[in-house]
Amino acid sequence: MSRYIATRAIRGASALVAEAEWMLDRALTEKGGETKVEFPNTAYHLPLILGMTGQEVSRLDQLGPVLNHARQLLHPLPSADTWTPYLGETLDSGMATLLAAEAIEAIRFVYGDQPESMPGFHLAGGTAFTSPDNGSGANGKDGHLNGPIDDIQLRSWGIQLVDGRMPGFAAIVGAAKSNEVAVKLVRELQRRNILTFLSGNVNGRSIIHQLIEEGVELGYDTYTVPFGTDTISAIYALGFATRSALTFGGLKAGRARDILLYNRERVFAFVLALGEVDDLKYAAAAGAINFGFPVIADTVIPQILPTGVTQYEHVVSMPFNEIEGADDLERAERLVQKCIEVRGVKVRVADVPVPVPYGSAFEGEVVRRADMRIEFGGKNSRAFEYLQMADLDEIVDGRIDVVGPGIETVEAQGTMDLGIVIQVAGREMQKDFEPVLERQIHYFINGASGVQHIGQRDITWIRLSNAAAEKGFGLEHFGKILHARFHADFGAIVDKVQITLYTDKTEIESWLARARESYDFRNKRLADLTDNAVEEFYSCTLCQSFAPDHVCIVSPERLGLCGAYNWLDCKASFSINPTGPNQPIWLGKQLDLAKGYWEGTNEYAKVGSHGVVSEVAMYSIMENPMTACGCFECIVMLIPEANGVMVVNREDIGMTPAGMTFSTLAGIAGGGLQTPGVMGVGKFYLVSPKFISADGGFKRVVWMSSILKETMAEELQAVAEREGDPDLIGRIADGKSAATVEDLMAWLEEHNHPALLLPPIF
Amino acid sequence: MPKSKRTPEEFSIDPAAQEMLIRAAEIGVGTAFSRAEEMTPCNIGAAGMCCKICGMGPCRLTKEGQTGVCGATIDTIQARNLSRAIAAGAAAHSDHGRDMAFTLKAVANGEAEGYQIRDVAKLHAVAARYEIPLEGRTTEEIANELADLYIAQFGQQRGEILITKNAPARRLALWQDLKVVPRGVDREVVEALHRTHIGDDQDPEHILRHAMRTALADGWGGSMIATDISDILFGTPAPLVGRTNLGVLKEDMVNVVVHGHEPTLSEMIVAASLDPEIQEYARAAGAQGINLSGICCTANEILMRQGIPAAGNFLHQELAILTGAVEAMVVDVQCIMQALVALAENFHTKIITTSPKVRITGATHMEFDEHRAYSIAKEILRAAIDNYKNRGKTQIPNVQERLVPGFSHEYIRYMLGGTYRASFRPLNDAIMSGRIRGVAAIVGCNNPRSQQDYLHIHVARELLKQDVLLVETGCGAIASAKQGLMLGQAGLDQVGPGLREICETIGIPPVLHMGSCVDNTRILTVLTEMVAEGGLGDDIDDVPAVGIAPEWMSEKALSIAAYCAASGAYVIFGGSSPVSGMPDRVADSELVLKYLSEGWEELFGGKLEFVSDPDEMVRRALEHIDKKRAALGLPAYQAEKFGRSGDTQMLELEKLPFTEKRAALYGAVE
Repeated sequence: MSRYIATRAIRGASALVAEAEWMLDRALTEKGGETKVEFPNTAYHLPLILGMTGQEVSRLDQLGPVLNHARQLLHPLPSADTWTPYLGETLDSGMATLLAAEAIEAIRFVYGDQPESMPGFHLAGGTAFTSPDNGSGANGKDGHLNGPIDDIQLRSWGIQLVDGRMPGFAAIVGAAKSNEVAVKLVRELQRRNILTFLSGNVNGRSIIHQLIEEGVELGYDTYTVPFGTDTISAIYALGFATRSALTFGGLKAGRARDILLYNRERVFAFVLALGEVDDLKYAAAAGAINFGFPVIADTVIPQILPTGVTQYEHVVSMPFNEIEGADDLERAERLVQKCIEVRGVKVRVADVPVPVPYGSAFEGEVVRRADMRIEFGGKNSRAFEYLQMADLDEIVDGRIDVVGPGIETVEAQGTMDLGIVIQVAGREMQKDFEPVLERQIHYFINGASGVQHIGQRDITWIRLSNAAAEKGFGLEHFGKILHARFHADFGAIVDKVQITLYTDKTEIESWLARARESYDFRNKRLADLTDNAVEEFYSCTLCQSFAPDHVCIVSPERLGLCGAYNWLDCKASFSINPTGPNQPIWLGKQLDLAKGYWEGTNEYAKVGSHGVVSEVAMYSIMENPMTACGCFECIVMLIPEANGVMVVNREDIGMTPAGMTFSTLAGIAGGGLQTPGVMGVGKFYLVSPKFISADGGFKRVVWMSSILKETMAEELQAVAEREGDPDLIGRIADGKSAATVEDLMAWLEEHNHPALLLPPIF
Repeated sequence: MPKSKRTPEEFSIDPAAQEMLIRAAEIGVGTAFSRAEEMTPCNIGAAGMCCKICGMGPCRLTKEGQTGVCGATIDTIQARNLSRAIAAGAAAHSDHGRDMAFTLKAVANGEAEGYQIRDVAKLHAVAARYEIPLEGRTTEEIANELADLYIAQFGQQRGEILITKNAPARRLALWQDLKVVPRGVDREVVEALHRTHIGDDQDPEHILRHAMRTALADGWGGSMIATDISDILFGTPAPLVGRTNLGVLKEDMVNVVVHGHEPTLSEMIVAASLDPEIQEYARAAGAQGINLSGICCTANEILMRQGIPAAGNFLHQELAILTGAVEAMVVDVQCIMQALVALAENFHTKIITTSPKVRITGATHMEFDEHRAYSIAKEILRAAIDNYKNRGKTQIPNVQERLVPGFSHEYIRYMLGGTYRASFRPLNDAIMSGRIRGVAAIVGCNNPRSQQDYLHIHVARELLKQDVLLVETGCGAIASAKQGLMLGQAGLDQVGPGLREICETIGIPPVLHMGSCVDNTRILTVLTEMVAEGGLGDDIDDVPAVGIAPEWMSEKALSIAAYCAASGAYVIFGGSSPVSGMPDRVADSELVLKYLSEGWEELFGGKLEFVSDPDEMVRRALEHIDKKRAALGLPAYQAEKFGRSGDTQMLELEKLPFTEKRAALYGAVE
C-alpha cells in the first residue's frame, strides 16, 4: 500500500462496514432475525464469509457477528505527519470490506434487489442446466444481471482454473474509455480463455452498459459474466475464488489463511480497475490483494510494485492514454497483456493458427523434392534458427515480422535463405533455458502438415510442400506455430514470444553471426549443465498415485524414466508450482561420486518412498538402483552371461534374450521396489555419460530393441564416438540378430563386443 | 602528547547533549565525557595483555615471547579475559531473564501486586512452542507451567536448554556438532569462570569455544526468556508514537526518570503515575502532574509498549540530572553510573536505587519487591513529588523528536500481510529482488571515547542510502530516534529508491526500533523466520545481514556479539577491541583477534571484527551483504532499477487545477 491508498481504502472500508451495519439493522427490524439469507444454487452459504470465518450464515441475525468481526478489522486512518505502519491494517480493512460487501448482497437478496435488474437484458447460456425450473437466463431471470455464480458453473470452470486450462479470471470494475475499448478488452480476454467478471461503474456508467450497447453476449457461455453495476457486486468474484479453494483445494471453511494462499498460488486472477478509483474501489482492491490478486488500473493511481502479498506487483497504474499503441484498440490489447504479466497468468493458446492441419501426427511427414514448393537450407541455401531471451518490456507477445522478400518471389522448387529468430521473455525465463527451448523448434514446425524440418541451429533445413503453399502457408506461419506452441508447452517459463523471419541477405548475415556466437557460448556452457554443476536435483512424484512409494530423482544427466520430464522441465515445473510434484532436492554432501550418492538424494529417497528405500545410487543398476512406477520408456536388465545389460523399449513387442517380453519385465521393474539388475529408464538416459556409469557405462549395453536402435541412431552413434569406439552400435545385438542368450553370446563373440572384456559386472 | 580538550560539539552530535555539557562546564561539574578526556585507557589492558586472575600477577605481557608467571601466553590471557567479559555480560542478561521468570511465576500464583498477564495470545504461542498443553487450562495454569519451564533452564545441568529449539534446524545441528548447545544457563556461566581460573583451560580456541556456549545461553537462553516474558506480562509491542530527548522533561511537572534495564518496576511506575491519588498528590505539591520518562533500556521497554518518552540513551543519564528538573531518577540494574549520586548532590535530584542487587553509596534505596510492586511504585512517586519543592534553577533543552517504535517480530509479521496473510514473504521478496539490499542491526551502547551518537548515525545514514533496512535496539536505537530516523518520513527522504518503496508500501520508518538490548533476541527470531520463509538460504549465515555496534562499551555487548556470531552473523564493533594485542610491538599478539574473525567464521559462519572507522564499517557491511547476496544467487544490488512506486506522482497531480487534474487522473475518460 501507500499512504494515499491506505487512507482511501481504510476510509472506504469504514464506510461500507457502517453501511452494512445500517442495512442489517433495518433488515432485522423490517424482516426479522430469522429471515433466511442465501445466495441461489450454492451449498457454500455466503461463500466468502464461510471461507474466512467458518460461519455458516443462513439467517439474517447471523450476520451480526460477521459484521462485528469486520468492524474489529477496521483501523484508524494513517496520520498525516507521524504515521504508524499501515499495510497490515489496510489489508485487514480490505477484508472487512469484503465481509461487509457479502453481507450487503445477502441482505439485498432478502429484499429481492439481487441479481440487479437490467430491463431488456438476456443472459447467454447455461439455462436449463443451472436453473431447471426457469425459462431463460442463467439465473432464470430475464431482465436481470447474473449475480453470484452457482455451484454447477463453479465446478465446470473451477477445475479448469485449477488445472490450467483456463488461465485465470479477470475482475473488471468500472467503465472503459469507450465502448470500443470495452469490447476489445473483453475479446482479448476471451481469446485467451480468461474468465471475465464485470462489475462497478464510473459516474453511473458501467462496462456492462457498454458491452450491452455493443451487443456483446454476456453470460456463462461467453466466459463474460455481468455481476452488477456497482462495486459491491465484485464480491461475487471473491466468493467464487473462495469456493474454488473449498471445492478443489479441499480446504475447510474457516481456514482463511490457507484459502487465501491457495488462491495466491493457484488461481490466477487479477482486478482491472477502469476509470476513476474511489474509496470503495480501493477498499475492495485491498480485499482482493489478500487473495494475492493484484490490481491494475487504467488511470493514474499510486503504484505498489514490491511483491510478497501478491506474487508479483501489488498495484500497477497504466494510464490508458499513455499506453503505447497506434490506437485505442492496440492500447486495450497492451493493457490486457500487462494484466497477464502482473499476475503471472500463464496463457495457453491451444490452437495453432495455420492454414494447414496441425498436430503431432504430422511430425514424421516427409516432403519429397517433387512435391516441394520451396526449401530453406540444405545444399543450396542457408537456414538457421536462433532463440534468445529478452526483457519483458523489450518485446511484444505474438508479434511476427517477415524481414525481406516472401516465398512468392522464389520460383517453384526453388530455394531461399532463412533466419528464424525467436525472442522470448518471461519472469521465470533464464538464459539457460534458451537452448532447451530452441531445440523444440524442430518438433513444433514439424507438426504442420506439409512442412518438414530437419536439423537445428545453423544446419536447419526446412521444406514446404506445394499443398501447404497452395493453402496459403507463408513465412509468417512459422511464427504463428512457434508462438502458439511455446505458450502451450512452456507457459511455465515463457510469458512473451516474438518471432522475426529474415530472408534479407544482410540481416541474415548479421543475425547468423550473432547466433553462432551464442551457439558457441552455449556449447561451452551446456556442457556444464552436468550433475556436478548443479546444486539440486528434482524429485518427481507425478505418478505416485500409481506407485505410492516410488520417487523419481531427476538430474541434468538423468531424465525422468517416463522420458517426459528432464531436469529443466522439473525446474520449470517447480517454478510455476512450488508445492507441486517436482521439488528441488538439495544435494548437500557428496558421498560417492562414482555411484552417485549424495546426502540429499538419500535423505529424499527415504522420505519420498515412505521409508521403503533408504538409499539410491543415481548411476548404478547393480547397487540401490532407482525405483520405477510403471511408465518407463525402456527397461534395462542385466544379462549375467554377457557381463552386460540389455535395453528393451515399450514399443518392442518381441521376445528379449532375457526370455521375457517388455510387458512381463515391466512387472518386475515397476511398483516402486528396488531390484538390483533391473531398472526402468527414459530412453535419453541411454545416451547420457552418466548411464550406469558406476557399472561401466554404455559399453555394458549388449542388446537393444531394434526399434530403439533405429529411432535413436544418430544419438547412439554420438555415444559410440564418445566412448571411443565408433563401431560400438554395430557390435550391439538387437531383436533381429539375437532373441535368446545363446544367440546373443554368439553375436557378441563374433562382433568383439567390449562388454566381454570389461571387469565382471557383479 | 598534549591533551586536546574536546568541545561540546565534539563530545556529542546531539544538540541537547551539547547544551547540557556547556551547562556542566558552567556549573563546574564533571561528566563521563570529561572523565573520558582525563582518563587515559590502560593500553595493556586494552590490548587484553594484562592478566590479573591470580595473586602471582597482575602480569603485564608487553614483550616478545613473554608469558605470565604461570606461563600463560598472550593469546591464552586474551581468550580468558574476553571469555570472562562474555560470561559477565551473559550473566547480566540472563539474571534479568531469571527475574522475569520469577515475576511470571508470582503473577501466575496471584502473588504479584498490580501485575496481570496482558498478552494471553503470546503466552499461548510461547507455551505451544514447548508443547505445554493449552486445552482446557486457565491462563494462570499455563503461565505457571511456562514459568517453571523457564526457571528450570537456568539451573538445568544436562542436555540442551529448550530455547535453542527456536533456532533454524541447520543452526541447531551445527551447534550440536560443535558441542556448544548450552546445558543450562547458569552452568555455562559458572563453567566459564571455572575454566578461566588460574591453571585451567589454557588453549585459547578451547576457551573461546566455551565462551560461545556461554553467549548462546544468553541469546538463545536468558535474553530470549526475558523478552518472551516481558511481552507476556506487559504486552507485545506494536507501533505507536513516542518522543525522545531531554526536551521531553517538563518544567511544570514532577519529572521522574526511570533508568536501567528491567520493565518490571518501570511498568508499575507507569501504572502508578496514572493513579488519581498520585496525580492529586502531585497537584497538591504545586505541579501539573507527573511526567515520566526513561533512560537507557528501561526507557526502551516502556517506550516500546506504552509510548512513554525516552529522555535519552546511556550518556544522557548525567545530562538529564544537569537539567535540574529531575525530581527522581529511579534506577534498577545495569549501566547505571556511580557518578550519578555525586552529580545529583549539586541538584535536588534523588537517585533511588531499587534492585536488591544494586545499591550505590549515597543513593536512596527503596527496594523493589514484585509482591507489593504497586505500593512500592506509589511510594517512589510520592518521594519524587515530595522533592518537587526542592527544585532549583532548571534548564531543559528545547530538543525533542518524535518516533514510531514498537516493532516486535510479531508485529513485523503482521505488518507484512495483515491478520490473514501475516508472513515474512514480502520482506524476503524485497531482499531477493534487491529493493532491500540487506538488513543491518545497529545496536549497542554509547561510548564517551567517541563523539556521542556520531558513529551510530553516520553508519545508519550511509547504510540507509544504500537501501539497507535497519533494525535497532538499545542505546543505538535511541540515537537514531533522536535524529528522526524512526519516523515514516525518513523512509521517504533518507533512503535509497528501493528501500523507499518498501517503507512507503508498509508505512514504516527505515529504522525499526525493536526494543531494549535484551531484545536483540527479537532480531534472532526475525532472522530465523526469514530463513523459514524461504528464498534466503537455510540458515542465518546465508541471510544478507550484518550486526553493528558502533559505540559499544559494556560486557553485555560482547556477549551479544558472541551469540550473534555463533548464530551466523557478521558482527562489526566500533571503537577498540578488548583483545587488540599490540601487533606493532609484540608479534602474534593479535592471534585471538584474528581468530574471532577467521576462526569463528570457519566454525559458525559468523564472526566478530573491530573496526574504528565508520566508513570502513559501512564498506565491510556492504561487502558482506553483497557477498551473501551473490552466494544466494540473488541479483546484484542495483539501486536505479527501483523507485517507481508510491504516492509522489499522485500527490503532484492532485495539486493541478480541476480540469487538468481530471484529464491527467482519468486519462481513460473522454
